[in-house]
Amino acid sequence: MVRFAEVGLRYGGAGPEVLRDLSFTLEPGSFHWLLGPSGAGKSSVLRLMQLAARPSRGEVVVLGVSISQVPRAALPALRRRIGVVYQDFRLLPHLPVFDNVALPLRVAGRAEMQIRADVTEILRWVGLAAKAEAPPASLSGGEQQRVAIARAVVMRPALLVADEPTGNLDVPQARRVLSLLREMHRLGTTVVVATHAEALVAEYPAPALRLSEGRLVAQG
Amino acid sequence: MRVRRSRGRDPLGLRRALSDRLLPALVAAMALLAALTLAGARGAADLAARWEGGAATALTVQMPHGARTDGAIRVLVAMPEIAEARLADQARLAALLRPWLGEAPAIPLPTVIELRLASLPDDPEELAARIAASVPGASVEAHGVWVARLLALARSLQAIALAALLLVAGIATAVVAVAVRAGIAARREAIALLHALGATDGDIAGRFAGRVAWLVGLGALLGTLAAAPVLAGFADLAAPLLGGRAAAGLPWGRLPWAELAVLPPAAALIGWLTAQVTLRLWLRRLP
Repeated sequence: MVRFAEVGLRYGGAGPEVLRDLSFTLEPGSFHWLLGPSGAGKSSVLRLMQLAARPSRGEVVVLGVSISQVPRAALPALRRRIGVVYQDFRLLPHLPVFDNVALPLRVAGRAEMQIRADVTEILRWVGLAAKAEAPPASLSGGEQQRVAIARAVVMRPALLVADEPTGNLDVPQARRVLSLLREMHRLGTTVVVATHAEALVAEYPAPALRLSEGRLVAQG
Repeated sequence: MRVRRSRGRDPLGLRRALSDRLLPALVAAMALLAALTLAGARGAADLAARWEGGAATALTVQMPHGARTDGAIRVLVAMPEIAEARLADQARLAALLRPWLGEAPAIPLPTVIELRLASLPDDPEELAARIAASVPGASVEAHGVWVARLLALARSLQAIALAALLLVAGIATAVVAVAVRAGIAARREAIALLHALGATDGDIAGRFAGRVAWLVGLGALLGTLAAAPVLAGFADLAAPLLGGRAAAGLPWGRLPWAELAVLPPAAALIGWLTAQVTLRLWLRRLP
């Protein structure tokens, strides 16, 4: 599903390596925490998994495709099979909740009738069916993150990566967001969640990859 | 629901990022210039066509009665300035003189040799004098040289007008590129998000290009419509030059409507292509 082999990452082809000799494998349908202090390289690992960067060395295989070798034109189709949840939500402010969630479906060229049904169902799942026409700015942080999760999962992705999804939320909101991510895992999606909130990790025990200064220092 | 569908078709928010006022206004001004230039080129082409017949025969040589023309033609063709010398057709001469002479078969028509020159002379009068000296008794008319000069001027004007049209198109391309870059700057995050969600470069560039083509086409249409009465006024002023008569009202029928009709779609195509290229080059920065 996801395999890193001796991966190094250097942004812009120069400067220091932010990831060094990273090797691990995530099995299909697994749930993993990605842990480590700020600057440990968690976001860089997720950027590689969501095809937002290519490794400077080594090999990264995502959903059976080696992203070091695949041509750029093949990446969009692969990205549609990966859901991403960002710490800062990244909702488009000029679109209401419904259209934000519908974005991946529209990018994929789905029919409007299908989009309406899928988005309505997923908004019900995250508990925001009543806010479909609301602008994102009118929602609380927790609600905005649930919209972002709805957008990330509306395409039924095979891989779901979340970068500090609870970083801007209070504890009750964070628990609700995490329960949605666990629910996706139960439905068979491979889930990777980067966080430095050790308390939440303790509440939801799962295998973890622990990074420090760009290296994998513990796994399991 | 209609509002939702409309917004859904514009996930990048391009209706606000690419203003529907500034870009069409700039393009309208350029389309007006282009329409004037285009009409200028067409007018110059009409003048050139009108003068072409006169310029084809730069000089005419009227022979004295009873003179042998074959010897005169041999002498004339031997001169380096003369490319061709031939007898004017008598029937055509009769037709030309009919308004003055009527049907008078008894009146003998002059024998006229028409000359085509290899190049326009600096001093047509001096050339006419040399020809007259070479063919004793002949009288030489050099008005065609001046017509040929006017023809060259008309063709130069036509070329300048076409160059100006290309310049306007170049400036329009630059303006559209700047507007698209401003749109990219305003929607950088939305573009990056669509890219991350799996949108192809073609999809993102197509959304920008569609919006830009619409705005540019609209601006060009407005500019062309604004140019029409100005052109009609010019056509009215130029009517005597083009062999027409001043008529009551503006001569709308004399406008180059076919060329003008091409302007808005051509401008839209330039906008579409410029947006496509600008976006695709920018998107290459993303992984």
